[in-house]
This record gives sequence, C-alpha cells and structure tokens, in this order.
Amino acid sequence: MRWKQRGFRVTLPLLAVGAAVLLSGCGVSKQSALAPVGPVARAQLGMFWESLAIMTGIFVIVVAVFLYSLIRFRARKTDTGLPKQVHGNTTLEIAWTIIPIVLLVFLAIPTVHYAYAFGDVPPNAMKVDVVGHQFWWEFDYPGSGVTTANQVHIPVNTKVDFVLTSADVIHSFWVPRLGGKTDLIPGRVNNLWLESNQTGTFYGQCAQLCGAGHAYMKFTVLVQTQAAYDAWLQSMQHPTVSVTTPLEQAGMKLFSQDCATCHTIGGTAFNGKVGPNLTELMQRPTIAAGTLTNTPANLAQWLHNPPAVKPGALMPNLHLSQTQIQSLVAFLETLK
Amino acid sequence: MSTTDAHVVAQQTQPTEIGLPKDNKVLGLWIFLAGESAFFASLIGTYLGLHGATLHGPTAQSIFDLPLTTVATLILLTSSLTVVLGVQAMQRKDVRGMQIWLWVTALLGIFFLEFQGYEFFTFYNKGLTLHSSAFGSAFFTLTGFHGLHVLFGVFWILLLLFQSLKHGINEERTSKVFIASLYWHFVDVVWVVIFTLVYLAGKVG
Amino acid sequence: MAAIPERLAGIHHETRTYTGIWSWLASVDHKKIGIMYIVSALFFMAFGGAEALIVRLQLWQPNNHLVSAETFNQLFTMHGVTMIFLVAMPILIGFINAIVPLQIGARDVAFPRMNALSLWLFVFGGLFLYSSFLFGSMPDAGWFNYVPLSGAHYSPGVGIDFYDIGLQITGIGTLMTAINFLVTILNMRAPGMRLLRMPLFTWSALITMLLILFAFPPITVNLILQMFDRLFGANFFNIAGGGNALLWQNLFWIFGHPEVYIVILPAFGIISEIVPVFAKKVLFGYESMAMALSIIAFLSFMVWTHHMFADGLGPVVNSIFAITSMLIAVPTGIKIFNWLATLWGGRIHFKTAMMYALSFIPLFVIGGVSGVMLAMAPADLQYNDSYFVVAHFHYVLFGGTLMGALAGLYYWFPKIWGRVLNETLGKWNFWLVFIGFNVTFFPMHIVGLEGMPRRIATYSAGYGWTIWNQVSTVGAFILLVGMLILLYNLITTFMRKADAPGDPWDGRALEWATSSPAPEYNFAQTPLVRARDAFWVEKYEGDGTVPAAEPAGPIHMPSPSLAPIGIAFTLVLAGYGAVLHSAVIGGFFLLVTFWQIGRSLVAEDHGYHVTPQIGGGSQ
Ligand code: HEA
Ligand code: HEA
Ligand code: HEC
Ligand code: CUA
Ligand SMILES: [Cu+2]
Repeated sequence: MRWKQRGFRVTLPLLAVGAAVLLSGCGVSKQSALAPVGPVARAQLGMFWESLAIMTGIFVIVVAVFLYSLIRFRARKTDTGLPKQVHGNTTLEIAWTIIPIVLLVFLAIPTVHYAYAFGDVPPNAMKVDVVGHQFWWEFDYPGSGVTTANQVHIPVNTKVDFVLTSADVIHSFWVPRLGGKTDLIPGRVNNLWLESNQTGTFYGQCAQLCGAGHAYMKFTVLVQTQAAYDAWLQSMQHPTVSVTTPLEQAGMKLFSQDCATCHTIGGTAFNGKVGPNLTELMQRPTIAAGTLTNTPANLAQWLHNPPAVKPGALMPNLHLSQTQIQSLVAFLETLK
Repeated sequence: MSTTDAHVVAQQTQPTEIGLPKDNKVLGLWIFLAGESAFFASLIGTYLGLHGATLHGPTAQSIFDLPLTTVATLILLTSSLTVVLGVQAMQRKDVRGMQIWLWVTALLGIFFLEFQGYEFFTFYNKGLTLHSSAFGSAFFTLTGFHGLHVLFGVFWILLLLFQSLKHGINEERTSKVFIASLYWHFVDVVWVVIFTLVYLAGKVG
Repeated sequence: MAAIPERLAGIHHETRTYTGIWSWLASVDHKKIGIMYIVSALFFMAFGGAEALIVRLQLWQPNNHLVSAETFNQLFTMHGVTMIFLVAMPILIGFINAIVPLQIGARDVAFPRMNALSLWLFVFGGLFLYSSFLFGSMPDAGWFNYVPLSGAHYSPGVGIDFYDIGLQITGIGTLMTAINFLVTILNMRAPGMRLLRMPLFTWSALITMLLILFAFPPITVNLILQMFDRLFGANFFNIAGGGNALLWQNLFWIFGHPEVYIVILPAFGIISEIVPVFAKKVLFGYESMAMALSIIAFLSFMVWTHHMFADGLGPVVNSIFAITSMLIAVPTGIKIFNWLATLWGGRIHFKTAMMYALSFIPLFVIGGVSGVMLAMAPADLQYNDSYFVVAHFHYVLFGGTLMGALAGLYYWFPKIWGRVLNETLGKWNFWLVFIGFNVTFFPMHIVGLEGMPRRIATYSAGYGWTIWNQVSTVGAFILLVGMLILLYNLITTFMRKADAPGDPWDGRALEWATSSPAPEYNFAQTPLVRARDAFWVEKYEGDGTVPAAEPAGPIHMPSPSLAPIGIAFTLVLAGYGAVLHSAVIGGFFLLVTFWQIGRSLVAEDHGYHVTPQIGGGSQ
C-alpha cells in the first residue's frame, strides 16, 4: 500500500525536471519554438505559456486532491464497516462545471484573437511564392523573376506573406523560431505571414509526411538587412556565369547534356523545371534540402548517386564517371 | 446499516415492468438504417462537394434526363406501396396476397434497375465515366451504391418469397418479411433524397 | 457447473456440437468471443509494440541507419493502425463482449451469430493487413493515410490497397458490433434494470456503440472512394481529375475524432467500475457521469477540423472548432472530479486493478490538458505534426485507453478466466509500465516544442533532440520489461487451476453475482434488479443473493455455427482478389460471401436447451 505514494514521490520530481528544462528556454536548439524571433512565434509562445500555466494549475489541484485521498483514505487494518456513502453534491458538481468554463474563456479569447490576426494577411506584406516538391522547396519572388531553392532570403523586420502551394503531395512549411506551420496542398493556395526581428539563419523543415524523403526536406530562412537583401535580389536577377578552366567548360558541356532537362541556371540557357533552380548554388549552405553541407566533396557524393544519399530523392542516379563528376563539380563551383 | 443506501433498495421494481419481448430484429434494423443514413450522407456530401468538378466533360445540367429519371422514381415509389400491401396481406394471414405483392415489388425493383442501367449506359456513351472527372466518379459511386442497395433488396425479397412458397409462413418468417419491407422503404427514401439533391438540383444548376 | 443439454419435445432440429478448437471457431457465446477478442488484441499488441520499439531504436541517435526511411514509414504507419484498430478497439470490445451481457443480466447478446462474424472480420481483417508484408509493400502513408501521398500515383505498391480493404473488413465487423450491442443493451436488460440503473461500463458501451454507428460509415465511404481511385481510376482525390485533397481529410477526421472517444469512453467506464469497488464507496455523481458520456459523444462530432488547423481553412472555421474542442474539457472534467470525489472519504484498497485505474487519473489529465492546448488553433500551428502531438495522444491513448484496459484485465480476469492474477507480479508490472510510460512519452512534449516534427526517419545532431530521444528509447524498453512481466503473469496464472470465487473483489455489478467464469447461460435464472449496484445492494442490505425474475427451468441457447467464420474468410479472400486486381478471384469470393449471407438471412436457428443444475448459475 505504501507503494503508491513512494512511486509518486519518484515521478513528481521527474515532472518537475521536465518543467525546469522547459522553463530554461532550451536555447540550445536551433529549431525551437521556445526561442521566437518574430511576432507570430512570440504570440504563439505567449499562448503556450498562458495555457501551460492554467493547465499546470489544474494538474496540480487534481494531483493534490488525488494524492491526499490516496494517503488519507487508504484502507487500514482497523477499519470496520463501510465508509459513508455519498451519492453526489449539487453545489460541488456545479462548481466543477462552471470553473472549467471560466478557465476556457481565458483560453478562447486569445485563440479567437490570434486566429484572426494570423489569418488576415497584412496588406503591405512582401510576397514569396513557395512550392513544395518531393522533397525540396522552391521559392519564387513574384515580379522579379528570381527563383531559388531550399534557402529563402527575406529582409528583417518585414512582414512576409508566404504563398504556399504544392506540385505533388501535401507538405508543411514550418520555421519554428519564426512561427507555426501551414500546409502546402495541391490544388489550393494557402497564405502564411511571418516576420523576423533578427537577422541570421533560421531553420525550417517539412512537417507533413510526404514520402520517403520527408525527414530530409529541410530549408533555411536567411534574414538579411534590407540592403543586403536588395543586393542579393539584384545579383540573382543578373547572374553571371563565368566558366574559365577547361575542367569547368567540360562540366558545363556535360551539364547541358545530362542536367539541363531538369535544372535551370540563371545566366545560361539551361532552363529545366523538374529540379531545383541552381542559380548561385554556391550561396546555399546545404544541398539536397539540408541533407548535406554544400562542399565540393559532398556535391560529388550527391552526383554520384542521389537516391543513395537521400532516400526517395527524385534526381536519378546518372551513373556518371569520376571524371565527369569532377568536371561537373568544378562547373557548379562557379555558380556564385 | 444506516449508512448504506436503503432508499435505493426501496424503489423496488415489479417484474412485469420491463422485459416485454421487444423484437430485437426490428430494433436492429432501425439501428442499421441509422448507420446506412450516415453512409449515404457521406456519399451525398462527397457528391455535393465534387459535382462542379466536371473538367471538360459533361455537366449535370447537360446530361441529366429528368423525364426518364422521374419515371424511374415513380416506379420505385410505387414499389414502396406494393410492399406495404404485401405486409398488410401478411398481417391478414393472406399468404397468397403477400406473395403476389412481394413479386410485384421485386419486379418494380428490377425495372428501376433497368432504368438505371440504361441511364448509366447512355451517360457512358456521352463521355461521363467513373474516371472522366470527379463529377463522374461521385455521380456513379453515389447512384451506383444506391443501385446495389436496390439489387440487394430485390434478392432479399425474392429469397423470402421463395422460402414462403416452399415452406409457408411462420412467426419468424413474418418478422423477416416485415424487416425486409422496412429496408425497402429506406432504400426508396434515400432515392427521393438523391433525386432531389442530385437530379432536380443538378438540372436547375 | 455441469449442465445437461436436452432436446425438448417438439423441436426436431439437430444441433451440432463442436469440440476442441472447433468449439471456439464455431462459438456464438459472447464470453468466448470476448476472450478471443482480448487474446487477439494482445497478440496484435506484440506486433504494434515491436514496431514501436524499432522506431525508438532508429531514433536513438542522429543519422541512424538501423532501418531505411521507407521501412521507417511502414513501421510507424503499421504501429498506429495496429494500436488503434487492432489493439485499442478490439480489447475494449472484448471486455464489452465478456462483461456487458452479464452486467445487464442477459443470457446472451441480441445477435450471437453476428457477434461471431464481427470477431472474425476483425481477426481476418487484421491478418489480412499484416499479410501485405508478404506482398512486398506495407501501408506507409501514416495511420491517417492522407491523399495524394496515398494515391496510386505516389504510392503505386499494394500497401495502401491493403490498408483500404483491410480497414473496410474490420470496419464492417465493428459496425455490426455496434448494432448488436445497441440492441442488446436497449432490449435485453434484466427486469428492473432501468437505463439509469445500468453500471457505467454498460453506459459507456452504449454511448460508444452510438459513436461507432455514426462514425464508421464516413470512414467506410472514404476507404471505398480511395479504393475506386486506386483500382478503377476514379478521381475523388486526384487533383488533375478535379478531385479534392481535403475531402479525404474531412471524411477521415469526421470519423477520426469520434474514434478517439470510441477508444476512451469504455476506458472511462472501466475506471468507473473499479474505483467504487476498491474505494468501497458508491460512485459519486452517477447521473452526471452518464450525462457527461452523452455530451462528450455529441460534441465529438463537432470538432474534427481541429486536426486540420494547419490546412489554412481560415479564422472562422478555426475559431469555431477550437471552441467546440475546448468545450469537451468540461464534461471530461466532470468525470475526473467525480472519480476524485468517489475516492474522497473512501477506503482505498491498492490492488493492481485499482492501481492501474488510479494511474489513469493523473495520466489522462496530462493528456487531456495538452489536448486543450492543441485546441488553441493559432498556437497549434506550432504543435501540429510535431512530437508534442505524439506526446498528447500517447498520454490519452496509453495513459488513458491502455491503462484502463490493463485495469480491466486485472479486474475482470477472474470473471473471464476463473483465476485471479498474481498480485506481486501485478505490482511489478504496474510500476514498470507506469514509470516506463512516463519516461518514454513525457520528453516528447519537450522535443516537440524544440521543433522536432513527427514521422521523421532520422534527424541531425545539433538540434538538442538527441538526449530526449534517448530518454524516450530507454523508457520504451522499461515498458517492454513491464509488458513481458504482464505476459508472464498471464501465462503462469492461466496454468494454475481455476479457483476464483464468483466475487473476489466484493464487486457491485451483476457480473459478480454469477460464478467465475460464468456458465454458458450466464444466470441460471434471470436476475431481478432492484437498485443501482444491483449485487452490492443485495449483499449489504438484502440476503446476499440477487432475487430471480423467473422460475428455474431449461434455458434456450443459440446453436454454434461455422457460418460466421466462413463468411469472414471468403470476404477476406475477395479482398485478395481486389488487391491482386483479379476480377475473377474478387468476384467469385464476393459471390460466395453473399451466397452465405443469403443463407443466413433465411436460416432459422432453433437452438438447444440446457437445464442448469440446482444451485448452479446464480452465486
Ligand atoms: C483517447 C484518445 C484521445 C482523447 C481522449 C483525446 C482528447 C482530446 N484531444 Fe486529442 N488526439 C488524439 C487522441 C485523443 N485525444 C490522437 C490520436 C490525436 C492525433 C491524431 C494524429 O494526428 O495522428 C489527437 C490530436 C489532437 C489534436 C490535433 C493536434 C494536431 O494534430 O495539430 C487536437 C487539437 O485540438 C486534440 C485535442 C483534444 C482535446 C481538446 C481533447 C479533450 O477531449 C481532452 C479533455 C480532457 C481534459 C481537458 C482533462 C480533464 C479535465 C479537467 C481536469 C477539467 C479542467 C480542464 C480545463 C479547464 C482545461 N487532439
Ligand atoms: C493505443 C495506441 C498506442 C499505443 C499503446 C502506443 C504505444 C507506443 N507508441 Fe505509439 N502511436 C500511436 C498509438 C499508440 N502507440 C499512433 C496512433 C501513432 C501515430 C502513427 C502515425 O503517425 O501514423 C503512434 C506513433 C508513435 C511514434 C511516432 C512515430 C513517428 O511519428 O515517427 C512513436 C515514437 O516513439 C511511438 C512510440 C510508441 C511506444 C514506444 C509505445 C509503447 O508504449 C509500446 C509498448 C508496448 C510494447 C513494448 C508491447 C510489448 C508486448 C509484448 C512484448 C508482448 C506482450 C504480450 C502480451 C501482454 C500478450 N508511437
Ligand atoms: C530527372 C531530373 C534531374 C536530372 C536529370 C538532374 N537532376 Fe539534379 N535534382 C533533381 C531533383 C528532383 C533534385 C532535388 C532533390 C532533392 O533535394 O530531393 C535535384 C537536386 C540537385 C542538386 C541540389 C540542389 C539543392 O539546392 O539542393 C544539385 C546540385 C543537382 N541536382 C545537380 C544536378 C546535376 C549536376 C545534374 C546532371 C549531372 C542533375 N542534377 C541532373 C532532378 C534532376
Ligand atoms: Cu514534404 Cu514532408
Ligand atoms: Cu481530435
């Protein structure tokens, strides 16, 4: 009989440790919803703390009554007869109907408020079109002709309206430090506005199961000062590809044969639409949607056999020779 | 023992109060029909959600042939009447009358199915198929499932009819006939809803 | 409990008797069917648990390659499908089968053969699902199987076909269970057993069956539509053909949300049975408990889009569904507080059954309040599809449903198998499961908030997730040890001789008024119910026996039959026809199935009679 109490003495501190870790803000995680950098994520975190406080209160009350009963009313050897039989108590029953309703009102108010606040896209927001693909992200900057992949650049302190749609199955756009997610659904256009008050790189990841490569469908948001952002957009609009060494030239030639059906490179004639746009590829920190860091060795590994590097990758193994890969990598290295 | 609930024991129940032999099968059928309603509600909801998605194929407005469907509807409604007549005959212990009306009911059901078969055939020739568009998928699935229910009902009624022809009728069989008739009414009612929401509303556009 | 089968004058029908394994395969006895449900559910739980353990091992460290990404998707899909459809539901339906007719003082269920058919559809449907393994492709699009991913274009293998057809087969069985038990509970209560005298487990069964009745047709339709898409090229979910991806989600969750209450309400019922027995106190607020069940069931049909908050359905939809979702906290809270009030002032005996029932309260509250946090639509955009949701639903499904089911297992084991489970092993079993459970699932809240999406086959280092995943994995193995102790306890107890008294716990409801296990006819004489807690009241205020509502005499029993297992078997064979795209096989076995159904429609079973020995049955 004493078992029960001892057990809870073990588990309660455990719960407390859990809460303490939460409270510390978990700064270590680079993709944590607990470390917001924009108004949307901050509002969501605020709702989290408010509701967590109410829920903890409820839990503590329930467990206090519960543990007290278990200790105080445990059966003893000396007991005789039956305890007093109580069928109900109207006052109590009304109380524990009304109090939760009141608490829920406190939760419902911010819920409705922010449902509208997040639902209405600010009219002056800058637009970025996002297209989800198995298993990578396409970002288009409407009006500028700029298209990029897997890393989206946005200016700091600017409301950005991500216009979400999908080319194949359902994906979900999630950058926890900027705000909650919204799905990319084929045949539908969704809007999600976010803003960052801090420059830097923020990590995002597809949150809706989309096939074998789902775990490898990551992306980054590069938040820049307005000037840096403008400069980037400029350079993307007028990319120059300067191929000089023979190796690079061989790579470019090979690219036109093997790769151009799927990939576009600004500043060249290559305009395939199946895979990611490779303009200024070297600016991306990673390749294959966060699967590998963007180094020459990794590029070579990728070209050697994409589906072996990334499960489900829809870029086929082209059975390239080691020399072909070398020249292709050399060429890709010029895409600055 | 004053602490226990003596007052509860005091509310004694007379043995006669409950336990009347209610027919399990009849209640069971009603409950089954409630589930069936949810089934058809889902199909109808699907149809209403997709009926605009005609792509470049035929639309509801262009393809439905109201006079034809109206005749089919009247046939099915009549069969509801005939099955009632059959059950009434049964209650009068007029086995012969019951058998005749069951025959007529089954025949009307078969007529209805023929109309539906003809309709499906012409639609198919006009390019509306299960895979021509989401509208086609939804239309054929909804009306097709209704048709399957009619078909099942026809078999059921025929089965009971042959049984009564071979073995006569007894108390258990009467309740089976009664249940089959309830099912038949339900299938009719569903058709009235389909006729209204799919055909009439579809023609209006 | 010897009973003499007897052929009465005037009844000339042969009743075949079956022995050995056939006596199980042909059984129409609700108690045997209940046993088969429970045993099959435990069998499938070993599979679902093994899948979960592999998932946990794969997530042990970053960039792990224990299993491939494709296999991983199959593992969690089959884990979810198994746990929901082949474990949680059947184990509860098993208890309902074994106990509800006893609790209402009935001899049997309304449609004994249909009951057997339900069982076999579940068993064969489950085996059918798992047989996809032999065809090289298991379901892998998650337990809610969203389109277009699960459509023919993105999932060309047969795995999803097995999902569509397997779940239809088990679903038909579940629907028949609903009809059966609704009629049984509404029509077959013993004299005096008014609705408001029914034990709460029976109440929860009644409401659950209503939920099934209205929730299963939408999923059946959904599965049919997808089957048509995949097999016949229909366009319901094919965007290019005018189909709609959200249609699947709506139909799925119109079913899916009530489904989660289908698996929690009977657990509520079990807790409401056990707490008063081991607190030696009448249940507090009986009427409000029954009322709360009904309100929860009603509301549960009006919250489904809370699973679709990230679909961008707009602020109006999100606000409305957020509020209806939150409202469910009120009736659920009433239940929690009533249990606490029952404990208060009681005399609490810490038997294993009670410890499981007690642990339900704090664990379910954790799961419930995190559910209310999820219901805050704009905040849910952060939680949705993250491990926070995984934490939520394991707290309610494991901490609620499974803890409730294990409580029921310890509580009713004597009634069902005639032996009391070992209490020492029980305590070990309980504590390991309780601790293992919290160690496994509590960290998932944290790792979810730290941005870990669910259903990812692996993750990179540097996100701060590794440590929590390792804690979870350790917890899962503590759970495994706990469950193995349970298995050991079940087996060793079962090998002992059946010596349980009729009423080992000083029970309250009618199932304890008959022997353990109950004879095939349940009660030698139909009991007369004079109050709520029908048996307890007779023990404490009457002479200790439940009065009879009828004179003693021969009892009519339905004949055993192999027809149900035959129908289920041929339907599954028809399912293989569909999966293999063979109209011949599919059509043939469908015809055979309908032929058998036709035979059953006209069949007349006169059953047989048994005469209970004097003094047998009651007590
Ligand atoms: C047994 C199963 C079960 C139960 C009982 C519940 C109960 C609840 N669930 Fe849960 N839920 C699931 C199983 C269950 N859920 C599953 C399986 C999923 C995921 C499916 C998937 O995606 O795979 C899910 C997902 C899920 C979501 C979607 C999250 C997402 O994907 O983004 C939401 C959102 O609203 C939600 C809400 C709720 C709510 C409000 C309750 C309420 O019913 C809880 C009510 C209970 C309490 C609140 C505790 C007791 C009350 C008190 C002590 C009174 C005082 C309390 C307050 C005032 C708050 N659930
Ligand atoms: C009732 C439902 C239920 C139960 C009990 C469990 C139990 C467990 N679940 Fe879960 N789970 C789900 C329902 C359930 N689950 C659902 C619906 C999903 C979503 C799927 C999806 O995303 O599509 C999910 C998803 C899910 C995930 C997320 C996967 C992902 O998103 O990538 C994880 C990860 O750790 C997990 C882990 C576990 C673990 C470790 C257990 C453990 O508790 C298991 C412990 C059990 C055992 C270890 C069994 C041991 C038994 C034996 C050895 C035999 C003993 C035999 C007898 C007693 C007869 N589950
Ligand atoms: C059949 C279409 C196809 C062909 C041909 C093809 N690719 Fe790709 N490529 C893709 C797809 C699809 C992806 C995205 C894979 C993923 O991340 O899941 C991709 C990704 C890439 C990436 C990573 C881009 C990023 O931003 O992450 C590089 C680099 C690349 N391809 C280079 C090449 C080269 C070089 C060739 C020719 C040798 C080539 N591709 C041929 C379809 C193709
Ligand atoms: Cu895209 Cu997951
Ligand atoms: Cu839900």
